[in-house]
Amino acid sequence: MATTVQGAPGTRERFSQWLNAHRKWLFAAPAMIFTALLIAFPIGWTLYLSLTDAKGSVRSPKGFVGIENYLSILSDLNRFWPAVLRTGAFTAGALALELALGMMIALLLWRPFRGQRWARTAILLPFVATPVAVAMMWRLIFEPNIGFANRFLSWFGIPAQPWLSDPTTTLPTLVLVDVWEFTPMVALILLAGLTTISEDVEEAARIDGANAWQRFWSITLPLLKPVVLVAVLLRAIDALKTFDLLYVTKGQGGGSFHEAETLNIFVYDRTFKYNDYGLASAALIIFFLLILVIMWFLTFRRRGAKL
Amino acid sequence: MTTTLPTRSRAPLAPRKKPARTKVYPVVRGILIVLVILVFVLPLAWMVMASFKTNVDINDTSKSFIFDPVLSNYTNVFGNANYGQFVFNSFWVALWATGLSLLLGVPAAFAMSRFNMQKSALTVLLARIIPGISLLVPWYYVFANLGLVGGYGVLILSHMFVLIPISVYIMMSFFDSMPLELEEAALVDGLTPIGAFLRILLPLSVPGIATAGILSFIFSWNNFMFALVLSGANTKTLPVAVFDFVSYASIDWGAIMAATVVMTLPIVVIAVIGQKYIVSGLTAGATKG
Repeated sequence: MATTVQGAPGTRERFSQWLNAHRKWLFAAPAMIFTALLIAFPIGWTLYLSLTDAKGSVRSPKGFVGIENYLSILSDLNRFWPAVLRTGAFTAGALALELALGMMIALLLWRPFRGQRWARTAILLPFVATPVAVAMMWRLIFEPNIGFANRFLSWFGIPAQPWLSDPTTTLPTLVLVDVWEFTPMVALILLAGLTTISEDVEEAARIDGANAWQRFWSITLPLLKPVVLVAVLLRAIDALKTFDLLYVTKGQGGGSFHEAETLNIFVYDRTFKYNDYGLASAALIIFFLLILVIMWFLTFRRRGAKL
Repeated sequence: MTTTLPTRSRAPLAPRKKPARTKVYPVVRGILIVLVILVFVLPLAWMVMASFKTNVDINDTSKSFIFDPVLSNYTNVFGNANYGQFVFNSFWVALWATGLSLLLGVPAAFAMSRFNMQKSALTVLLARIIPGISLLVPWYYVFANLGLVGGYGVLILSHMFVLIPISVYIMMSFFDSMPLELEEAALVDGLTPIGAFLRILLPLSVPGIATAGILSFIFSWNNFMFALVLSGANTKTLPVAVFDFVSYASIDWGAIMAATVVMTLPIVVIAVIGQKYIVSGLTAGATKG
């Protein structure tokens, strides 16, 4: 092979030796430089913009205004703080329901049964389906007059609900859609964790007389803890950043009463509707810090957390 | 296990309890499984049914499940507003973004896995945490100034931002589970380290690459926010094109549902065929703890 056939090593040979010696960085650098640029540049730029009064056209001149944007964002009780609360409520609500339901479904599908593969494929569909399609589909289903949701309720004699058309029911309805979309993902992650638990441990506990609940609570769940954490992290990251569902169902600004306006929607609105780049950038930096803090809280117990 | 169980004394009861519950439990479990599947599949079935209904039938509560299927929604969608172009755009962007992400991501994941580059890996994976919109604002600002907004290049670039972390994450856990001896054996056989990677490890990691590729394609295909801002009239991808239907004067539910079915179909086909890969990609790293 590459070992010398001729006498002295030529330049080509020396070059290939150099490549092999430095393959660690040769392999890793392109992806790292690409992402680092894509991260460092936007954050630096956002930080810079957040200190200016950039507004209007992207070419218009801008002046340095210091922390003025941050002050006006943090004192914005009409749009910003409600958006923060909604982001938290949406994420916490969706996460709690998805974990509880996902765990139940994972336990239900755990032991082999006929058609297990088909069941898994079926529950795979909600979260691989295009989010825009999912959002459109639920808009039709929740349509107050012609939607299936109210028709379904009427079979049980339950009066029609306003769902997405009333500001007070909008956010809970959207949480419900998120739960429909992503509970299967949580279930499949937990299921993968469950299959690594050896049956012997369970069997030993069963022989020791532990009932199903005790086996779950003191054996299965502790063994599953790392997997649960992965599911929580992945879902928390994505739920905090939810955009498609909210934008497609409620439009810019999260509806006429901003009832679905989370931080992501708020920043998008400020940027692309009002072209208020300076203010939007300040909000973005705060949003970003918030996510980092939450991620830090979720991962700080996990050594070398890989995400 | 160090777990102590409080009900140790009840041990003799266990074998007697077993036959009684085996009769009821499978039935209850079967019913619950069917119920779960229905909950997750029925809304999608509703979408497909609506796409074959006229708008009159969609409004008719008596025609929930029994109706005369029509194809007019589909002919509308494809006749209307060059929908074929949007299908092509989605494929084109997803293919390039997936290919380039794998090209950069696979070797990076290999190096990070072999040389334990935890901190470097974190740089790449940080992109997973950062809100996409934080990328969008500055990039829009710069690309609008350069007059590049609306081209395929910007779209592909923005999608790669999402796909590279996914590829690296999946491939890292794949390479982590590959025995080191493989590479050593190849070196003993006279291959250079890079040769060993290209000729031995890369062919063996095809399942991992398939996993990363399928998931990357799906993520790119489904992406909405980046395409919403960075695409032009001719480079619009499907999610944006479908969303645009809504802004027309009245909501044509039949056409919208037909459009969403067309958009979802490729993903459903991929999901059914590549079920194994999607699940393993999704749970990459999860089971290691």
